[in-house]
Amino acid sequence: MRLEPIANPSLARRLTFPALAIVATIVIASLLAMIAGGNPMAVLGQILIGAFGSKFALLETLNRATPLIFTGLAIAVAFRAKLWNIGAEAQLYAGAVVVAVLGTGALQMPAPILLTVMALAAMMAGAFLLLVPALLKTRLGVDEVVTTLLFNFIFLLFVSYLLEGPLKDPMGMGWPKSARLIPEARLPRIVDGLRLHWGFALALIAAVIVWVIDAKTTLGFEMRAVGQNVEAARFAGIPVTKVILKTALLSGGLAALAGFSEVAGLKGSLTLDLSPGFGYTGIVVAMLALLHPLGVIVAALFVAAIFVGADSMSRAIGVPSYLADIMLATALLCMVLAILLTKFRVRRD
Amino acid sequence: MSGVESAQPVLRLQNITKRFGSVTANEAVTFDLAKGEVIALLGENGAGKTTLMNILFGQYTADEGTVTVFGKPLPPGNPRAALDAGVGMVHQHFTLAENLTVWENIVLGAQPLHAPRLRSGAAKAKIRGLSEEFQLKVDPDAKIGALTVGERQRVEILKALYRDARILILDEPTAVLTPQETDALFATLRTAIDLGLSIVFISHKLHEVMAISNRVLVLRHGKLVAERPTLDTDRAELSALTVGAETSAPDLAPATPGAALLTLCDLSTSAIGTAPGLRHANLTLRAGQITGLAGVSGNGQAALSDLISGLVTPQTGQLKVAGDIVTAWSPRDAIGQGIARIPEDRHKTGTIADFDLTENTILETYATQFSKRGWMNWRKAKAHAESLIETYDVRCSGPDARIRLLSGGNMQKLILGRVLENAPRIILANQPVRGLDIGAVNYVHGRLAAARDAGAAVLLISEDLDEIMRLSDVIHVISDGRLSSEFARGTMQPEQLGVWMAGDGFEGHDYAA
Repeated sequence: MRLEPIANPSLARRLTFPALAIVATIVIASLLAMIAGGNPMAVLGQILIGAFGSKFALLETLNRATPLIFTGLAIAVAFRAKLWNIGAEAQLYAGAVVVAVLGTGALQMPAPILLTVMALAAMMAGAFLLLVPALLKTRLGVDEVVTTLLFNFIFLLFVSYLLEGPLKDPMGMGWPKSARLIPEARLPRIVDGLRLHWGFALALIAAVIVWVIDAKTTLGFEMRAVGQNVEAARFAGIPVTKVILKTALLSGGLAALAGFSEVAGLKGSLTLDLSPGFGYTGIVVAMLALLHPLGVIVAALFVAAIFVGADSMSRAIGVPSYLADIMLATALLCMVLAILLTKFRVRRD
Repeated sequence: MSGVESAQPVLRLQNITKRFGSVTANEAVTFDLAKGEVIALLGENGAGKTTLMNILFGQYTADEGTVTVFGKPLPPGNPRAALDAGVGMVHQHFTLAENLTVWENIVLGAQPLHAPRLRSGAAKAKIRGLSEEFQLKVDPDAKIGALTVGERQRVEILKALYRDARILILDEPTAVLTPQETDALFATLRTAIDLGLSIVFISHKLHEVMAISNRVLVLRHGKLVAERPTLDTDRAELSALTVGAETSAPDLAPATPGAALLTLCDLSTSAIGTAPGLRHANLTLRAGQITGLAGVSGNGQAALSDLISGLVTPQTGQLKVAGDIVTAWSPRDAIGQGIARIPEDRHKTGTIADFDLTENTILETYATQFSKRGWMNWRKAKAHAESLIETYDVRCSGPDARIRLLSGGNMQKLILGRVLENAPRIILANQPVRGLDIGAVNYVHGRLAAARDAGAAVLLISEDLDEIMRLSDVIHVISDGRLSSEFARGTMQPEQLGVWMAGDGFEGHDYAA
């Protein structure tokens, strides 16, 4: 068996294989559910019900998808320009820290202004956090995979210090958490009485904006050119270093918005378990979306549904919710294979 | 050259058709190859030569048609079956593992490399025998990484012979060879023919085709348009058959040189890897004149090209454009000064493979001509690409096609269109016709000559002395980063230029680094 490249894959081919990847994921998940002693139909059904079966479940899924859309966008933007940002986790926490600093009473303003100021400041913090590795890359040729990855651990320890020290809630009974945000600093709910905050709407808007930048602006053109062939881009006069730095600012800013929306929208205070790895899962989301900004929305909803659904399935049936992690990994591997099969034809010898 | 011996063909291609999407690469191609025969396959870039050979070797599967080797049909899409049937292919781009030795590369695939008892002695003996018999001198224990291009090609041929190939396919074998190496290759091929092997020889170079083949097949737009016994044809006819029309080199009227548009004054640059930088170079490019730069590859051409492209700034000395000393210098500054740049490597530097034609067309001008306050004007860009495709005769399925699907000639035409459309004052053409077929070569040369007549200053960098002497109004020679003084057209014989190219004309000048 061997692979023969296809010069121009048809649209049917480009849709069929990703669809098959989803089917394959479901089949493999069913087998695993059986091994774990559950009835696969019941397990999958319960995941679906858990993710979409009630108003509460659906809103929970949308809430969970919100930070994933932001981090997924951050990764997609960076990866398209071949800037390997593995540090979305740290950038998310940078945004969260800014919100915890500004939103707990330090600034007293009307809600719309305060929220705008916090969002912008959070973006700046995240952008700055990625700007440092990007500068090291462009100036000294330091591999950003290493720097951004290691920054995650450094920054998480820094947050831990802040929560034990300067940002510690004096009323927190000794728990390492920040003070609660003042009411003006909270993202309101989209509809009164429903547990869905404006962060979700903001995420959708961000995805559309990124898509517009990508398709309609010179910056999008430059980022794609740099990502596809940096030598040709430099020769053509595209300011490569500037483009990489702008990409870093955009990517870091988007990841920080995840932290902003989680603290200001959902949690109301900063804790060390704010993110169960949203920054890393964002990589999966971006890959599943084939780095397309609008695809990120779909991929984030898919990933969030599996997590939320698996939690509820685990409570109902007793199959461990780790199944969600395996399903996600399977989905990613199947998708990578699907992309390969979109571009290549398998020939039997 | 031995005659054609047997009536039974060793190879028969029947009715081969291959399509890539809407492009037909081969259409109903049929031919036979006899024992001891050399067939030359001639055609422009994109005529379908390589596709045809890849089908024959089993790397592609034909949509229609059959391949028969020694009377037996070859299963489609299976290189191993082709190898087993006695077909050996020497690719245009070598397929050797650099970190392995010659003999390891040769037996790779023919037997497991890490078997408990690898019979290296027997393998090496067989290789030595073959290399003696076919005059393919190479040390079986040498690492591939340490070999010259010519030696690597010998290894490729040995690899085919080691597997008892009876039919050799050579895809542009001389493109990478020096004249001496080409002669040695031809001696090897003649030996092979005497021993009863058959050869399919793909080349652009007409004099080689005339020298080595018994029969010439001409492919045009995927179709076999002509078949001639080599003895009954000549270069003029073959050239005409390949491009489908009589072509001739551009007939250059004497130049009317104008003002100095680009000047290097005692200019030095830093080295690029192992290639030298410029050393105290002086050069003047004048309006309405083609300046040729002759020299052996790797003697500072890259430094000069990068300097004029804006990629490199002078270390010492001055660069003047239209008389003004340049202070800020980047690719964008160079473009802004009206410099059209045709890069040496159109795949790596000139284009972005997965971008479509529209995007590649506006790579240099998107910021100034196809956007407003950061917003792209894709409609205008696409219209521009369509007009370039039309004006410069780029053969493609449209502005939305990815440029990687284009042949080298068409890619170069698009690059030409991209830079010439802006009415440049200065044109830097670095190896503009390398790897192109006759039709595309004449097209590119014609465009450069027309630009000269329109008043542009052209710098032509080439390792092909014929090209330099045919096109240039004045010639400089570059050697080890030093530029010779200017020689007017017709004042130097190739041999005299050769002395300078070897670095022997520079005595008495002060070129201290």
